[in-house]
Amino acid sequence: MTAVTDTCSNEKPSEHHDHHGPARGLMRWVLTTNHKDIGTLYLWFSFIMFLTGGAMAMVIRAELFQPGMQIVDPGFFNQMTTMHGLIMVFGAVMPAFVGLANWMIPLMIGAPDMALPRMNNWSFWILPFAAVMLISTLFMEGGGPNFGWTFYAPLSTTYGPPSTTFFIFAIHMLGISSIMGAINIIATILNLRAPGMTMMKMPLFVWTWLITAYLLIAVMPVLAGAVTMMLMDIHFGTSFFNAGGGGDPVLFQHIFWFFGHPEVYIMILPSFGIVSAILPTFARKPLFGYTSMVYATASIAFLSFIVWAHHMFTVGIPLVGELFFMYATMLIAVPTGVKVFNWVTTMFRGAMTFETPMLFSIAFVVLFTIGGFSGLMLSIAPADFQYHDTYFVVAHFHYVLVPGAIFAIFAAVYYWLPKWTGHMYDETLGKTHFWLSFIGMNLTFFPMHFIGLAGMPRRIPDYALQFADFNMIASIGGFMFGTTQLLFLFIVVKCIKGGEKAKAESWEGAEGLEWSLPSPAPYHTFTTPPDVK
Amino acid sequence: MSGKYRPLWTVPVAGFGYADVFRTIRSFLSWPGSRKFLVYSARLPSGSRKSFLVFLTILSGFLIPSRLLADWKVNMTEGVTAVSRSVYDLHMTIFIICVVIGILVFGVMFYSIFMHRKSRGAKPHPFHESTIVEILWTTIPLLILVGMAIPATKTLIDIYDTDEAEIDIKITGYQWKWQYEYLGEGVSFFSNLKTTPEQIYNVRSKDPNYLLEVDEPLVLPAGKKIRFLVTAADVIHSWWVPSFAVKRDAIPGFINEAWTNVDRPGIYRGQCAELCGKDHGFMPIVVDVRSPDDYEDWLSEKKTLAARERELTSKNWTMAELMERGKNTYERVCAACHQVNGEGMPPLFPALKGSKMTVEKDQVKAHIDIVLNGKKGTAMQAFAAQLSEVDLAAVITYERNAWGNNTGDLVTPKQILEYKNTGEYKPSATGHSGGSAAVDKPTANEPNTNTHQAGL
Repeated sequence: MTAVTDTCSNEKPSEHHDHHGPARGLMRWVLTTNHKDIGTLYLWFSFIMFLTGGAMAMVIRAELFQPGMQIVDPGFFNQMTTMHGLIMVFGAVMPAFVGLANWMIPLMIGAPDMALPRMNNWSFWILPFAAVMLISTLFMEGGGPNFGWTFYAPLSTTYGPPSTTFFIFAIHMLGISSIMGAINIIATILNLRAPGMTMMKMPLFVWTWLITAYLLIAVMPVLAGAVTMMLMDIHFGTSFFNAGGGGDPVLFQHIFWFFGHPEVYIMILPSFGIVSAILPTFARKPLFGYTSMVYATASIAFLSFIVWAHHMFTVGIPLVGELFFMYATMLIAVPTGVKVFNWVTTMFRGAMTFETPMLFSIAFVVLFTIGGFSGLMLSIAPADFQYHDTYFVVAHFHYVLVPGAIFAIFAAVYYWLPKWTGHMYDETLGKTHFWLSFIGMNLTFFPMHFIGLAGMPRRIPDYALQFADFNMIASIGGFMFGTTQLLFLFIVVKCIKGGEKAKAESWEGAEGLEWSLPSPAPYHTFTTPPDVK
Repeated sequence: MSGKYRPLWTVPVAGFGYADVFRTIRSFLSWPGSRKFLVYSARLPSGSRKSFLVFLTILSGFLIPSRLLADWKVNMTEGVTAVSRSVYDLHMTIFIICVVIGILVFGVMFYSIFMHRKSRGAKPHPFHESTIVEILWTTIPLLILVGMAIPATKTLIDIYDTDEAEIDIKITGYQWKWQYEYLGEGVSFFSNLKTTPEQIYNVRSKDPNYLLEVDEPLVLPAGKKIRFLVTAADVIHSWWVPSFAVKRDAIPGFINEAWTNVDRPGIYRGQCAELCGKDHGFMPIVVDVRSPDDYEDWLSEKKTLAARERELTSKNWTMAELMERGKNTYERVCAACHQVNGEGMPPLFPALKGSKMTVEKDQVKAHIDIVLNGKKGTAMQAFAAQLSEVDLAAVITYERNAWGNNTGDLVTPKQILEYKNTGEYKPSATGHSGGSAAVDKPTANEPNTNTHQAGL
């Protein structure tokens, strides 16, 4: 277990075993095998991607501000929707969670580092290259991917732009990075827990990440398979997805969503863990129903594998298939409901205070539940014939992803920033960030329910006049939400540079091993395992 | 909102628009007492400040006229078929269930947020487990879901029952238009977006049915069960008419079935609902539902027209006639990719202006071939079945003579027919040799020299 620190100290024999700090200069970041450094790299990378994907969302909202084409042409609009989706999913949300896992899992289970530190370095450093390759397609002849983040064949194969090949390789690299990150997390959780840290004593963030990591290992190869088949269809004359050659375009959708549905839970399960850490702290009482939370998470993960075709209710699958996927999808409401009830009961009869992490967590519970309700509506197959591929779906998945994943990430950053930097962030600015984000987010995505029900298809650059007013409101909300995130950057930088000194237990009522360490957490922690009661 | 598009704040509804809201705010701020008023409200003790704010909120609620909200369509349409009504009922049922659960859950939550806050001196009660409660809130939602699944299953079975249809219509999605084929009637046509680029690019004001207007709608009889056979020629599309609650993906190489039975005549509009490339947002669906008698009249008229169209093939066409018809066809069918000015959007959509294929004399055959049969592996479709011989001849002639291509080549409908039958292009007396004869000078198409100039 101490092999890692031993290696480090062997390299610098002159320094004392436990107290050497990080190397100096750029090479610290390039060569680092320290979980905290790598966590930091992941988080900064993810934030840069968040702003990049966000800028693309601003282009989309600017074009949709009014009916008619004003700013971009329809082809570029499609590239923007595609790249916005890909960058937010693979560049912003997933790396942010891996960054949080890197920082927090060893601290939470009393481990000295991640189990596979060199692989950890590699799985991060693949990301910037994959992202650059993906974004560079925008500047290639014929433009970047323009077929939606779901890249349905044959639009993405026979009819795709020449840059599709670069897109395929970027997806491969992102997938390899994710799989390595997942292996590392599983190995760490299963092998490096401090003595006495039994599975059922682990914080829920660790539990949810363990389950997420298994989902990643199960489905990223499926995605890799899908893009490889695309590559073969494009360059090597196969016809996996080409009906003219005996293939089936619907096969692509089955493979994609077999990856895609667990993927959306990959982006939400760690959030469940974060919120389950924050709510008890600020309610000053333990999480209600820890055991049922673990089982609910596992059930959701299992169900995620048998509901994929609910994304395909209109492709013409047989009635029996339609019924099976409808029932299975409705079932997801049960474990998800259990989680929401548990969170609310955790808050019930507590002694709550409302610092920024708590505000984001409460908003998570409320807005994620609204997203869950629209999800339940979407699961009703006959009604889905009306909802499918409209803005109602756009509203639904932004309600589960923006408050679900991104608000939870914000909450996590505010919650653990004192531990990372040794300073408290500016609470007033934090609350301002919360309220502007909250209002902006709802202003953007709530009207989308209405325009979706009224019949506006998604992924269109221009729309009929009856959708004009709500689109304008959504755009104003979008600009508000977008610009607010620069405030977040300012708050984080300000907190790194200074501020009120944080105590070891930065929050009254915070539980867990990470709060037994000084703030900021030393470069090396738990080189000798802590006592777990 | 009707008529041409107006931004939100200029819409006067019930005599009160957003402009008035802004005007009210502005006049309030310019009122000398406004600052004192705001300072006063800020200085109120916290309890009264809260109730003051509540009062203001309620007041502002009255200021936004309810008529304004009524004009904004916020819900799913009930539609005009039995299926669409049962879908609407399912939608409303599940929605109300969600609202009730939401009120309960959020009610408890907000009660806790207000009552159990530390600032009110609340003490935490560290209970954290109750098996009975956990079992209850697992089983109750489960029962609600079972209750919901039963009507949903019934409706779904109904939607899947495509038997005993009286009329079969094949719907084919193309980039970016729909083809409707009345099976067994010999009637078939394309339905293209009618909204002009001037409207889309904000040169002209937008029509009320902006982006939802086609040149030729699908015509259906009311009160008859109609089966749709949905497929696509290139990428996946999705045929959706909200008023019928019919949405079916159009998948190349496969045929999906759907059906409808519309209660009453009327015009119903929809759009393609699956991303299908650049102009996905510009391939609307319009269905013109008529009484069965009117429908029969329309159908027989349509058959006569189709017969007349076939006769046109044997007519002798002049350059001017072909150019005129070709321009029309080109802008309707080809310009979406190759652009009105023929410059295309390379590399996806190559330019036709000055390209090898459209200007070189020995490329006529290749030109006909690519237009009729498409180019495998690219977005270039096979138009042999999509367009009549007349349109094919016209569009090829147009492409060879427009935008300064000026080849003088004339391709006639008869030559297209010949090509379709034999795969060979035989230049007619008035046409041009597509063969190897380099000596072949424009003198060969002497009868058309004048019209050729006029056509440009």
